[in-house]
Amino acid sequence: MVKIAPAEITPEHVFLNRRQFMAAAGVTAGSLALAACSPATLSSTSAPAANAEPALTTALGAEKLPAALAFAQPTASTSQDELGDPLNQFQEITNYNNFYEFSTNKEAVASEAAGFNPYPWQVQVTGLVNNPLVLDLDDIYKRYTQEERIYRLRCVEAWSMVIPWVGFPISALLKDADPKSEAQYVKFVTVYRPDEMRGQRSSILKWPYQEGLRLDEAMHPLAILGTGMYGKPLTNQQGAPIRLVVPWKYGFKSIKSVVTIELTDSIPATTWNNAAPNEYGFYANVNPEVNHPRWSQASERRIGESGRRNTLMFNGYADEVASLYAGMDLSGNF
Amino acid sequence: MSGRIRSDGRSSPVGYLREHGFWWAVTLGALTPLAWLGWRAANGDLGVDPVNTINNLSGRTAMIVLLLSLACTPLNTIFGFRKALTVRKSLGLIALVYASLHLINFVGLDYGFDFGLIFQDAVLNKPYILAGSTALLLLIPLAITSTRGWMKRLGRNWKRLHRLVYAAGVLVVLHFLWQAKAAEREEPLIYAGVLALLLIVRIPSVRRWLVTHRTRLVGPKPPRVQTMQRAKPVKQSGD
Ligand code: HEM
Repeated sequence: MVKIAPAEITPEHVFLNRRQFMAAAGVTAGSLALAACSPATLSSTSAPAANAEPALTTALGAEKLPAALAFAQPTASTSQDELGDPLNQFQEITNYNNFYEFSTNKEAVASEAAGFNPYPWQVQVTGLVNNPLVLDLDDIYKRYTQEERIYRLRCVEAWSMVIPWVGFPISALLKDADPKSEAQYVKFVTVYRPDEMRGQRSSILKWPYQEGLRLDEAMHPLAILGTGMYGKPLTNQQGAPIRLVVPWKYGFKSIKSVVTIELTDSIPATTWNNAAPNEYGFYANVNPEVNHPRWSQASERRIGESGRRNTLMFNGYADEVASLYAGMDLSGNF
Repeated sequence: MSGRIRSDGRSSPVGYLREHGFWWAVTLGALTPLAWLGWRAANGDLGVDPVNTINNLSGRTAMIVLLLSLACTPLNTIFGFRKALTVRKSLGLIALVYASLHLINFVGLDYGFDFGLIFQDAVLNKPYILAGSTALLLLIPLAITSTRGWMKRLGRNWKRLHRLVYAAGVLVVLHFLWQAKAAEREEPLIYAGVLALLLIVRIPSVRRWLVTHRTRLVGPKPPRVQTMQRAKPVKQSGD
């Protein structure tokens, strides 16, 4: 396995230390010493067309963005994850996307998604809650502090990346909605716009895309709603403007471009489980011991590396999340 | 897999092209994806995930070229398109070239020559890899015995041996189908259909029926082909 030095992989990034970044995210980007990253220069960008400045930056202007999302250049507070592995490049993360609403070809999604218009956007929180919510992005930015989370993403196709997300714990939003006592699951639904999403005009999957978590999984502090990446709003191909990120589960659980979050008392139907129940379970926890019926999940390819690495239990987050599944048969509940 | 049809006494460039132009066009055509891949590799333009780019391009081309080589015999026996026979060997060998590239990419770039991991992770736990590997193993003896010398040496057994290509075709389609996700079975199923068709038309009774009906519909084989047959008969029938 050849490791690529962080300097090689992210030459364009200026790295801030974590505390500085969090301070900036919480208060104001003005305190940042790095002019290149400050919101003032937001209009200038060197990113190429397909994954250029997310439309939100232009639509809202820098001032309206939370500091954590107001960077002109891809910006992260660190160059590696907690295991010491380098972040993937902005270019890699935004040009290798599984988003069947646009294309089944991971490298074609970026250009297919260019015509998608995520602004304005509303997310509704409904179902078994005492306080149903309809939030637009402005509300979301105002209510919830946007913070950086460096997470590994492990796709069920056995490749992985390290991604510096920006977002907020979904627990904060769920608490505001105040789930009723009978609520046990959270269902998520992607926007349905066949006009803008050409994949939705075909019947390869049942649209709109749906995912679900157990309520306690959703309340876990590692589970976030992502609004950005590398200090910028999410690109369309990543599921702009808001998506789920559950780092200990296979990537398909982290549903993109979410419009509905519904609390339920029964297990929600999920898209891939629907398509092939014996291949994709409801839980879909990353687990090297449980094979997909037709392929091993024991190893993975880290994008940007050659060779393979062993897949980690719960994608390396076992210390944090294993207790959610105490006593459960993980191969039966795959 | 047959050799090229040769004809003597035609040395002008036009004559050469008339004889061999088809062979060159098909052979170079089949090699174009390889050149394109090489060009992209040389320019560092293999995308975010070069392993995946090479895998998909080599795998898909190997399979298509293999199916094309399987189409040659029926094109001759049923449609009288005798020139198809001239490219059968070339297509078969090129399919193996792509399949080998596919394998080298898998062993080297994907698994970093970690044979322990390949055995444990891929061979034991991924049935589709077993199917693909068996297909590739079957193609190797066919490539080795594709020369005129081996054809003569093996006599009737040559044809029997080369029927292994049907098994290889089935395994390849199975390999493609098996590794595809639930939402992406359409493409492999199309190839499965094409392969099924190519195998069905080889069944003697089906072939006879098709030949009779073809003759009734479009008349006997066109004269140009018969001229070629006279020029130098090729000792091959459909198999
Ligand atoms: C040693 C033998 C082989 C190995 C180890 C092998 C391995 C693989 C692997 C790892 C994949 C990708 C699966 C994925 O993306 O999850 C694949 C896909 C594929 N292989 Fe093979 N393969 C072998 C032989 C062959 C042969 C002989 C052919 C054709 C003649 C072939 C055609 C394909 C095709 C068409 C695909 C699908 C590519 C795509 O998804 O676009 N493979 N193979």
